Amino acid sequence: MEIKKAAFAGTTDSCDVLVEISPSNSGLEITLESTVEAQFGEAILDTVRAILRENNIDRAALHIQDHGAFDCVLRARLEAAILRGRGAF
Amino acid sequence: MFRSMLFLPGNTPKMLINANYFGADAVIFDLEDAVSPAEKDAARILVANILRDLDFCRCTKIVRINAIDTDDWKLDLDRILPRQPDLIMLPKASQPQDVLLLDEYLLAAERHSGRSPGIIALIETALGIENAYLIASASERVRALFLGAEDLAATLRCKRTKSGQEIAYARQRLVNAARAAGIDVYDTPFTDVNDDAGLSEDTAYAKSLGFTGKAAISPRQLQIINRVFSPSPDEIQYAQEVMEAIALAKEQGRGVVALRGRMIDAPVAAQAQQVLDAANRQGIKTEVLV
Repeated sequence: MEIKKAAFAGTTDSCDVLVEISPSNSGLEITLESTVEAQFGEAILDTVRAILRENNIDRAALHIQDHGAFDCVLRARLEAAILRGRGAF
Repeated sequence: MFRSMLFLPGNTPKMLINANYFGADAVIFDLEDAVSPAEKDAARILVANILRDLDFCRCTKIVRINAIDTDDWKLDLDRILPRQPDLIMLPKASQPQDVLLLDEYLLAAERHSGRSPGIIALIETALGIENAYLIASASERVRALFLGAEDLAATLRCKRTKSGQEIAYARQRLVNAARAAGIDVYDTPFTDVNDDAGLSEDTAYAKSLGFTGKAAISPRQLQIINRVFSPSPDEIQYAQEVMEAIALAKEQGRGVVALRGRMIDAPVAAQAQQVLDAANRQGIKTEVLV
Protein backbone atom coordinates (compact mmCIF):
# COMPACT_ATOMS: atom_id res chain seq x y z
CA MET A 1 0.00 0.00 0.00
CA GLU A 2 1.13 3.46 -0.82
CA ILE A 3 1.78 6.46 1.36
CA LYS A 4 0.23 9.25 -0.67
CA LYS A 5 1.07 12.30 1.41
CA ALA A 6 3.13 13.48 4.34
CA ALA A 7 1.35 12.98 7.65
CA PHE A 8 2.08 12.73 11.33
CA ALA A 9 0.51 11.41 14.51
CA GLY A 10 1.35 11.74 18.18
CA THR A 11 3.10 14.44 20.16
CA THR A 12 6.43 15.18 21.79
CA ASP A 13 4.90 14.88 25.27
CA SER A 14 6.34 12.47 27.77
CA CYS A 15 5.14 8.86 27.28
CA ASP A 16 4.14 9.71 23.70
CA VAL A 17 5.85 9.43 20.32
CA LEU A 18 5.66 11.67 17.26
CA VAL A 19 5.56 9.65 14.05
CA GLU A 20 6.11 11.50 10.77
CA ILE A 21 5.57 9.58 7.56
CA SER A 22 5.97 10.65 3.94
CA PRO A 23 6.12 9.08 0.48
CA SER A 24 9.44 7.63 -0.70
CA ASN A 25 10.70 6.08 -3.91
CA SER A 26 13.57 4.23 -2.32
CA GLY A 27 12.19 1.61 0.01
CA LEU A 28 11.94 2.21 3.75
CA GLU A 29 13.89 5.01 5.37
CA ILE A 30 13.49 5.04 9.14
CA THR A 31 15.17 7.48 11.50
CA LEU A 32 14.74 7.28 15.26
CA GLU A 33 15.31 9.73 18.08
CA SER A 34 14.46 8.35 21.47
CA THR A 35 15.03 9.24 25.08
CA VAL A 36 15.50 5.52 25.69
CA GLU A 37 17.36 4.67 22.48
CA ALA A 38 20.25 2.91 24.22
CA GLN A 39 17.92 0.51 26.03
CA PHE A 40 15.02 0.13 23.63
CA GLY A 41 16.13 1.47 20.23
CA GLU A 42 16.19 -1.94 18.55
CA ALA A 43 12.85 -2.96 20.07
CA ILE A 44 11.27 0.27 18.85
CA LEU A 45 12.60 -0.28 15.34
CA ASP A 46 11.36 -3.89 15.40
CA THR A 47 7.87 -2.64 16.24
CA VAL A 48 8.02 0.01 13.50
CA ARG A 49 9.06 -2.56 10.90
CA ALA A 50 6.40 -5.01 12.08
CA ILE A 51 3.62 -2.43 11.78
CA LEU A 52 4.83 -1.41 8.33
CA ARG A 53 4.81 -5.07 7.26
CA GLU A 54 1.31 -5.59 8.68
CA ASN A 55 0.17 -2.63 6.60
CA ASN A 56 2.03 -3.81 3.46
CA ILE A 57 4.15 -0.68 3.28
CA ASP A 58 7.52 -1.15 1.63
CA ARG A 59 8.13 2.43 0.50
CA ALA A 60 7.98 5.28 2.97
CA ALA A 61 10.15 7.67 4.94
CA LEU A 62 9.55 7.70 8.69
CA HIS A 63 10.94 9.91 11.39
CA ILE A 64 10.19 8.73 14.91
CA GLN A 65 10.64 11.01 17.94
CA ASP A 66 10.05 8.81 20.96
CA HIS A 67 9.63 10.13 24.47
CA GLY A 68 9.28 6.87 26.35
CA ALA A 69 6.08 5.60 24.70
CA PHE A 70 4.77 2.17 25.60
CA ASP A 71 4.60 -0.33 22.76
CA CYS A 72 0.80 0.02 22.50
CA VAL A 73 1.18 3.81 22.17
CA LEU A 74 3.87 3.48 19.49
CA ARG A 75 1.66 1.07 17.56
CA ALA A 76 -1.32 3.42 17.81
CA ARG A 77 0.65 6.42 16.58
CA LEU A 78 2.16 4.44 13.70
CA GLU A 79 -1.24 3.19 12.64
CA ALA A 80 -2.75 6.69 12.81
CA ALA A 81 0.13 8.18 10.81
CA ILE A 82 -0.17 5.44 8.17
CA LEU A 83 -3.93 5.91 7.82
CA ARG A 84 -3.47 9.66 7.53
CA GLY A 85 -0.63 9.21 5.02
CA ARG A 86 -2.90 7.03 2.91
CA GLY A 87 -5.54 9.71 3.01
CA ALA A 88 -7.93 7.50 4.93
CA PHE A 89 -8.83 10.29 7.38
CA MET B 1 -21.50 0.53 41.73
CA PHE B 2 -18.60 2.94 41.68
CA ARG B 3 -17.70 5.51 44.28
CA SER B 4 -15.53 7.40 41.82
CA MET B 5 -15.16 7.65 38.06
CA LEU B 6 -12.14 9.42 36.60
CA PHE B 7 -12.27 11.17 33.22
CA LEU B 8 -9.10 10.67 31.18
CA PRO B 9 -8.49 12.53 27.90
CA GLY B 10 -8.47 9.93 25.13
CA ASN B 11 -5.41 11.24 23.32
CA THR B 12 -3.02 11.63 26.27
CA PRO B 13 -0.83 8.53 26.69
CA LYS B 14 0.76 9.71 29.93
CA MET B 15 -2.63 9.63 31.67
CA LEU B 16 -4.03 6.58 29.89
CA ILE B 17 -1.16 4.23 30.68
CA ASN B 18 -1.57 4.94 34.39
CA ALA B 19 -5.36 4.60 34.39
CA ASN B 20 -5.31 1.53 36.59
CA TYR B 21 -3.21 3.11 39.32
CA PHE B 22 -4.91 6.39 40.21
CA GLY B 23 -7.35 4.78 42.66
CA ALA B 24 -10.60 5.29 40.76
CA ASP B 25 -13.28 2.61 40.89
CA ALA B 26 -13.90 3.30 37.19
CA VAL B 27 -12.06 5.23 34.48
CA ILE B 28 -13.72 7.00 31.58
CA PHE B 29 -11.63 7.11 28.41
CA ASP B 30 -12.95 10.28 26.84
CA LEU B 31 -13.21 10.43 23.05
CA GLU B 32 -15.65 13.34 23.12
CA ASP B 33 -14.98 16.76 24.65
CA ALA B 34 -11.38 16.07 25.69
CA VAL B 35 -10.28 15.31 22.12
CA SER B 36 -10.05 17.94 19.38
CA PRO B 37 -11.86 17.15 16.12
CA ALA B 38 -8.55 16.74 14.24
CA GLU B 39 -7.35 14.10 16.72
CA LYS B 40 -10.48 11.93 17.00
CA ASP B 41 -9.02 9.33 14.63
CA ALA B 42 -5.75 8.99 16.55
CA ALA B 43 -7.49 8.97 19.93
CA ARG B 44 -9.82 6.08 19.13
CA ILE B 45 -6.88 3.99 17.91
CA LEU B 46 -4.89 4.87 21.03
CA VAL B 47 -7.72 4.03 23.44
CA ALA B 48 -8.40 0.76 21.62
CA ASN B 49 -4.73 -0.24 21.98
CA ILE B 50 -4.64 0.75 25.65
CA LEU B 51 -7.76 -1.35 26.31
CA ARG B 52 -6.22 -4.29 24.47
CA ASP B 53 -2.75 -4.24 25.99
CA LEU B 54 -2.95 -2.90 29.53
CA ASP B 55 -4.21 -4.58 32.66
CA PHE B 56 -7.28 -3.02 34.27
CA CYS B 57 -7.81 -5.45 37.11
CA ARG B 58 -8.48 -2.65 39.59
CA CYS B 59 -11.04 -0.58 37.77
CA THR B 60 -13.95 -0.68 35.39
CA LYS B 61 -13.37 0.53 31.82
CA ILE B 62 -15.80 3.07 30.41
CA VAL B 63 -15.48 4.81 27.04
CA ARG B 64 -17.26 8.09 26.39
CA ILE B 65 -18.02 8.04 22.68
CA ASN B 66 -19.02 11.04 20.60
CA ALA B 67 -22.66 12.10 20.47
CA ILE B 68 -25.03 10.37 18.09
CA ASP B 69 -25.62 13.57 16.12
CA THR B 70 -21.98 13.38 14.90
CA ASP B 71 -20.26 11.20 12.33
CA ASP B 72 -17.82 9.95 14.95
CA TRP B 73 -19.83 7.73 17.30
CA LYS B 74 -20.03 4.69 15.00
CA LEU B 75 -16.34 5.03 14.15
CA ASP B 76 -15.61 5.12 17.89
CA LEU B 77 -17.63 1.97 18.51
CA ASP B 78 -16.19 0.09 15.53
CA ARG B 79 -12.72 0.62 16.98
CA ILE B 80 -13.53 0.21 20.66
CA LEU B 81 -16.04 -2.64 20.88
CA PRO B 82 -13.61 -5.41 19.85
CA ARG B 83 -11.53 -4.38 22.90
CA GLN B 84 -14.44 -5.11 25.22
CA PRO B 85 -14.93 -2.04 27.39
CA ASP B 86 -17.29 -2.60 30.32
CA LEU B 87 -19.54 0.37 29.64
CA ILE B 88 -20.19 2.93 26.93
CA MET B 89 -21.05 6.46 28.04
CA LEU B 90 -23.54 8.08 25.69
CA PRO B 91 -23.22 11.89 25.80
CA LYS B 92 -26.17 14.25 25.36
CA ALA B 93 -28.77 11.53 25.91
CA SER B 94 -31.93 13.57 25.62
CA GLN B 95 -34.66 11.09 24.74
CA PRO B 96 -35.16 7.32 24.87
CA GLN B 97 -34.65 7.09 21.10
CA ASP B 98 -31.00 8.14 21.60
CA VAL B 99 -30.45 5.15 23.86
CA LEU B 100 -32.34 2.82 21.54
CA LEU B 101 -30.17 3.85 18.59
CA LEU B 102 -27.02 2.99 20.53
CA ASP B 103 -28.64 -0.15 21.92
CA GLU B 104 -29.40 -1.35 18.38
CA TYR B 105 -25.79 -0.80 17.31
CA LEU B 106 -24.48 -2.62 20.38
CA LEU B 107 -26.91 -5.49 19.79
CA ALA B 108 -25.54 -5.96 16.28
CA ALA B 109 -22.01 -6.03 17.72
CA GLU B 110 -23.14 -8.50 20.37
CA ARG B 111 -24.47 -10.89 17.72
CA HIS B 112 -21.07 -10.72 16.07
CA SER B 113 -18.79 -10.99 19.11
CA GLY B 114 -20.96 -12.64 21.75
CA ARG B 115 -20.79 -9.82 24.28
CA SER B 116 -21.27 -6.13 24.42
CA PRO B 117 -21.08 -3.42 27.05
CA GLY B 118 -23.76 -1.71 29.11
CA ILE B 119 -24.70 1.93 28.71
CA ILE B 120 -24.29 4.94 30.97
CA ALA B 121 -26.59 7.71 29.78
CA LEU B 122 -24.98 11.11 30.22
CA ILE B 123 -27.79 13.57 30.83
CA GLU B 124 -26.68 17.11 30.08
CA THR B 125 -29.57 18.83 28.34
CA ALA B 126 -32.81 20.30 29.66
CA LEU B 127 -34.75 17.78 27.55
CA GLY B 128 -32.65 14.94 28.92
CA ILE B 129 -33.46 15.96 32.50
CA GLU B 130 -37.19 15.98 31.72
CA ASN B 131 -36.92 12.56 30.00
CA ALA B 132 -34.64 11.01 32.61
CA TYR B 133 -36.91 8.13 33.64
CA LEU B 134 -37.77 7.27 30.02
CA ILE B 135 -34.05 7.23 29.20
CA ALA B 136 -33.22 5.16 32.29
CA SER B 137 -35.83 2.55 31.40
CA ALA B 138 -35.41 2.60 27.61
CA SER B 139 -33.22 -0.50 27.57
CA GLU B 140 -32.00 -3.14 30.00
CA ARG B 141 -28.55 -2.20 28.84
CA VAL B 142 -28.78 1.17 30.64
CA ARG B 143 -26.90 0.64 33.90
CA ALA B 144 -26.74 4.22 35.17
CA LEU B 145 -27.60 7.87 34.61
CA PHE B 146 -24.84 10.44 34.85
CA LEU B 147 -25.35 14.16 35.35
CA GLY B 148 -23.29 16.47 33.14
CA ALA B 149 -23.78 19.87 34.73
CA GLU B 150 -21.46 22.00 32.61
CA ASP B 151 -23.33 21.44 29.35
CA LEU B 152 -26.63 21.49 31.21
CA ALA B 153 -25.90 24.97 32.61
CA ALA B 154 -25.27 26.15 29.05
CA THR B 155 -28.61 24.79 27.83
CA LEU B 156 -30.37 26.25 30.88
CA ARG B 157 -28.69 29.59 30.10
CA CYS B 158 -27.45 29.94 33.65
CA LYS B 159 -24.07 30.32 35.27
CA ARG B 160 -22.50 27.24 36.80
CA THR B 161 -21.67 27.90 40.44
CA LYS B 162 -19.83 26.05 43.19
CA SER B 163 -22.95 25.95 45.36
CA GLY B 164 -24.77 24.18 42.52
CA GLN B 165 -28.18 25.67 43.25
CA GLU B 166 -28.80 26.00 39.51
CA ILE B 167 -28.63 22.17 39.17
CA ALA B 168 -30.59 21.28 42.33
CA TYR B 169 -33.67 20.26 40.34
CA ALA B 170 -31.60 18.25 37.84
CA ARG B 171 -29.79 16.39 40.60
CA GLN B 172 -32.94 15.39 42.43
CA ARG B 173 -34.84 14.48 39.29
CA LEU B 174 -31.98 12.29 38.06
CA VAL B 175 -31.65 10.45 41.37
CA ASN B 176 -35.39 9.82 41.46
CA ALA B 177 -35.54 8.68 37.82
CA ALA B 178 -32.58 6.34 38.19
CA ARG B 179 -33.84 4.80 41.42
CA ALA B 180 -37.33 4.40 39.96
CA ALA B 181 -35.75 2.48 37.08
CA GLY B 182 -33.62 0.44 39.49
CA ILE B 183 -30.25 1.67 38.24
CA ASP B 184 -27.31 3.67 39.58
CA VAL B 185 -26.78 7.42 39.26
CA TYR B 186 -23.56 9.45 39.21
CA ASP B 187 -22.95 13.09 40.01
CA THR B 188 -21.24 15.67 37.84
CA PRO B 189 -17.55 16.50 38.48
CA PHE B 190 -16.53 19.35 40.76
CA THR B 191 -14.43 21.41 38.40
CA ASP B 192 -12.14 23.37 40.75
CA VAL B 193 -9.34 20.84 41.24
CA ASN B 194 -7.61 23.05 43.83
CA ASP B 195 -10.58 23.38 46.20
CA ASP B 196 -10.52 20.26 48.39
CA ALA B 197 -12.96 21.65 50.94
CA GLY B 198 -15.42 22.56 48.19
CA LEU B 199 -15.06 19.12 46.65
CA SER B 200 -15.63 17.44 49.99
CA GLU B 201 -18.78 19.48 50.62
CA ASP B 202 -20.13 18.97 47.09
CA THR B 203 -19.48 15.22 47.27
CA ALA B 204 -21.13 14.86 50.67
CA TYR B 205 -24.15 16.75 49.33
CA ALA B 206 -24.36 14.43 46.31
CA LYS B 207 -24.21 11.41 48.60
CA SER B 208 -26.96 12.85 50.80
CA LEU B 209 -29.22 13.14 47.75
CA GLY B 210 -28.79 9.47 46.89
CA PHE B 211 -26.12 9.49 44.18
CA THR B 212 -24.16 6.25 43.84
CA GLY B 213 -20.86 8.04 43.25
CA LYS B 214 -19.25 11.04 41.63
CA ALA B 215 -17.01 11.78 38.68
CA ALA B 216 -13.54 13.31 38.94
CA ILE B 217 -11.59 15.33 36.41
CA SER B 218 -8.26 14.94 38.19
CA PRO B 219 -6.68 12.01 40.02
CA ARG B 220 -6.12 14.27 43.03
CA GLN B 221 -9.92 14.42 43.56
CA LEU B 222 -10.26 10.66 43.96
CA GLN B 223 -9.20 10.28 47.56
CA ILE B 224 -11.88 12.68 48.79
CA ILE B 225 -14.62 11.22 46.60
CA ASN B 226 -13.75 7.64 47.60
CA ARG B 227 -13.70 8.59 51.27
CA VAL B 228 -17.07 10.34 51.19
CA PHE B 229 -18.73 7.50 49.28
CA SER B 230 -17.26 4.79 51.51
CA PRO B 231 -19.22 3.77 54.59
CA SER B 232 -17.65 5.20 57.75
CA PRO B 233 -16.66 2.90 60.66
CA ASP B 234 -19.68 4.22 62.59
CA GLU B 235 -22.04 3.43 59.71
CA ILE B 236 -20.62 -0.08 59.41
CA GLN B 237 -20.88 -0.63 63.16
CA TYR B 238 -24.51 0.50 63.19
CA ALA B 239 -25.35 -1.65 60.15
CA GLN B 240 -23.83 -4.69 61.85
CA GLU B 241 -25.84 -4.00 65.00
CA VAL B 242 -29.04 -3.69 62.93
CA MET B 243 -28.47 -7.01 61.21
CA GLU B 244 -27.57 -8.66 64.52
CA ALA B 245 -30.72 -7.31 66.18
CA ILE B 246 -32.84 -8.64 63.31
CA ALA B 247 -31.20 -12.05 63.45
CA LEU B 248 -31.62 -12.23 67.24
CA ALA B 249 -35.30 -11.24 67.06
CA LYS B 250 -35.89 -13.89 64.42
CA GLU B 251 -34.19 -16.50 66.58
CA GLN B 252 -36.36 -15.52 69.55
CA GLY B 253 -39.52 -15.44 67.46
CA ARG B 254 -40.07 -11.72 68.04
CA GLY B 255 -41.79 -9.75 65.27
CA VAL B 256 -40.75 -6.29 66.39
CA VAL B 257 -37.09 -5.27 66.48
CA ALA B 258 -35.70 -2.19 68.19
CA LEU B 259 -32.16 -0.84 68.41
CA ARG B 260 -30.92 2.24 70.26
CA GLY B 261 -34.54 3.17 70.95
CA ARG B 262 -35.50 3.09 67.28
CA MET B 263 -37.73 0.51 65.59
CA ILE B 264 -35.95 -1.44 62.87
CA ASP B 265 -38.28 -1.77 59.91
CA ALA B 266 -37.69 -3.03 56.38
CA PRO B 267 -36.20 0.24 54.97
CA VAL B 268 -33.72 0.50 57.88
CA ALA B 269 -32.73 -3.12 57.35
CA ALA B 270 -32.32 -2.54 53.61
CA GLN B 271 -30.08 0.48 54.23
CA ALA B 272 -27.99 -1.47 56.72
CA GLN B 273 -27.53 -4.23 54.17
CA GLN B 274 -26.50 -1.65 51.55
CA VAL B 275 -23.84 -0.29 53.92
CA LEU B 276 -22.49 -3.79 54.59
CA ASP B 277 -22.53 -4.60 50.85
CA ALA B 278 -20.61 -1.40 50.10
CA ALA B 279 -18.09 -2.20 52.84
CA ASN B 280 -17.63 -5.73 51.49
CA ARG B 281 -17.10 -4.41 47.94
CA GLN B 282 -14.29 -2.25 49.28
CA GLY B 283 -12.69 -5.22 50.99
CA ILE B 284 -13.73 -4.20 54.51
CA LYS B 285 -14.42 -7.28 56.55
CA THR B 286 -17.82 -7.22 58.26
CA GLU B 287 -19.27 -9.80 60.54
CA VAL B 288 -22.78 -10.16 61.91
CA LEU B 289 -22.67 -11.88 65.29
CA VAL B 290 -25.71 -13.46 66.90
